[in-house]
Amino acid sequence: MSEPLLAIDNLRTEFHSDDGSVAAVQHLSLALAPGETLGIVGESGCGKSVTALSIMRLLPRNAGITQGRICIDGRDLSTLTEAEMRKVRGNEIGMIFQEPMTSLNPVLTIGRQLAEATMLHRGWSRREADKRALEMLNLVRIPDAERRLKEYPHQLSGGMRQRVMIAIALSCEPRVLIADEPTTALDVTIQAQILSLISELQRKLGTAVLLITHDLGVVAQTCSRVIVMYAGRKVEEATTVDLFANPLHPYTRGLLGSVPHLSNGTVPMDARLTEIPGIVPAPGQIVQGCAFASRCTLATDRCRAEEPPLVEHTPGHFAACWAVAA
Amino acid sequence: MYAYVGRRVLGTLPVILVIALVIFLILHLSGGDPAAIIAGDHATDEDIKAIRDKLGLDRPLAEQFLTWLWNVVQGDFGISIFNRVPVGTLILQRVEPTLMLTLTVIVFSIILALPMGIAAAWYAGTWIDRALMALAVLSFSLPVFVIGYGLVYAFSLQVPILPVQGYRSLADGIGPFARHMVLPTISLGLVYTALLARMTRSSFLEVLSQDYIRSARAKGMASFQLITIHALKNASVPIVTTIGSGIAVLIGGVVVTESVFAIPGIGRLTVDALLRSDFPVIQGVILVFSFFYVILNLAIDLLYTVLDPRIRY
Repeated sequence: MSEPLLAIDNLRTEFHSDDGSVAAVQHLSLALAPGETLGIVGESGCGKSVTALSIMRLLPRNAGITQGRICIDGRDLSTLTEAEMRKVRGNEIGMIFQEPMTSLNPVLTIGRQLAEATMLHRGWSRREADKRALEMLNLVRIPDAERRLKEYPHQLSGGMRQRVMIAIALSCEPRVLIADEPTTALDVTIQAQILSLISELQRKLGTAVLLITHDLGVVAQTCSRVIVMYAGRKVEEATTVDLFANPLHPYTRGLLGSVPHLSNGTVPMDARLTEIPGIVPAPGQIVQGCAFASRCTLATDRCRAEEPPLVEHTPGHFAACWAVAA
Repeated sequence: MYAYVGRRVLGTLPVILVIALVIFLILHLSGGDPAAIIAGDHATDEDIKAIRDKLGLDRPLAEQFLTWLWNVVQGDFGISIFNRVPVGTLILQRVEPTLMLTLTVIVFSIILALPMGIAAAWYAGTWIDRALMALAVLSFSLPVFVIGYGLVYAFSLQVPILPVQGYRSLADGIGPFARHMVLPTISLGLVYTALLARMTRSSFLEVLSQDYIRSARAKGMASFQLITIHALKNASVPIVTTIGSGIAVLIGGVVVTESVFAIPGIGRLTVDALLRSDFPVIQGVILVFSFFYVILNLAIDLLYTVLDPRIRY
């Protein structure tokens, strides 16, 4: 792998309340190479979005990074001032969010919101920025782009709005795009369109993408590598092909087992979907040993006592599980 | 758009009609013979009969109302019982100080309340927020006359830099006008400022937690632009609504403030008319206030469509 563009080293992000601190992400390390697409998968509350917000330094006021480093091009983001960080957001790292319906400002025109990015980071005039905005809308294939620039978000469908969000995020040609559940709120047919748009733009612009999702289908369609997160920790990391062919961690297997498969174009009538019993431990719940042990069919006394380390089982395939190590 | 404006304007007509009816009925609902009330305590039976004939008080109520309404539409609010001057003329003479006081209070309050409310929301939960909101509760709780007399004591008597009372028209120059307006504006404006600041805070708190604010931050937007461009316009609908409905609070306060500072405005006219049971004047003043209030709220309704493109009626 070439020199990473974005590197996270042993990140720990905590939420503070009157009752003490709760780690939403811990011991998380990852590396994103230029032009690569890395997926982060996991259930709600596993720390995927908090990881994204940590990178952007957009965490809520009661949360903060307490350990680890996040570097872009070797530059530690935590050492930047807020003003320097603003130059990174939208310029070096673009971000799109889960809810296209609410992520655009309802009282500003599409054109205005698109133009802001380049006016802000490149010091362009409104006229230059408008030209770029039109170009971007055409790039994300919004029909009748000229007219859309003058419209307000409520006049666009969800899929259109997500295209606009992508256009905004990419208009300064950032080298990293963080997509936090970009298709979750969209219809299935629109999901596929948005994903192929992201992939296509990535190839065209050479952007590295960090794709956060709970949907393994999305990962299979777009990512070259995947990280599986559970309860704030990384439990498995592998290339997408490897992960689907040979999942190591019981949690990953559970995730894969809960997705319906089409073999020969038909669903076998007797095929049952497996589910993972139980629920994610509540944030702040003190977990001895492996966080997944209480839901794992393979759990032993060792799992409940000691936290398993992340071990490289085959080249590039890591998993944190005692059962696999044995 | 024009059709919408037309519909809204037409929509206020029934409201104005109902207001007019209620105002008309004040005289008749106050109990007793309207003619006797108008004539006063020392009137003879002949006086009362003369008034009854002159004002047509022996006619059916509906006919009286229509006659009164027709006169009002033509700008004839009747004649003051006390000094025999047409009510319209009395109101016109007094309208400037009241209008000016209302305007200065609105401007003063907005300039003060918006930054207060925004700062409180931005620093929500911190001592800045708590201090600002404590200040707002305090100024909301103090009656206008307490603030007024307190200010007069401090800035006119102890440190005599401002006049105790009175009013100078803008026509006499901006200096004297401003000097006379400072204390009344602060006295009346603090209540309104507190109301607006609290509304601004809660409106901003809600807007600042929205997804699009996060999107704007993710774009690399600085706080100042975030507040002025992305948040303010979104937060403005409830704030503007409060500015409008708060005028009702102001009108009550204007009456008191004008009494405290001896400002010859409509507030004073109202108090004097009430003390003298000068019914035509009372009716005229209430009618003008109500009409002003209805028009103002119509203007605010129309303003919504400018502030929020999603609002189309």
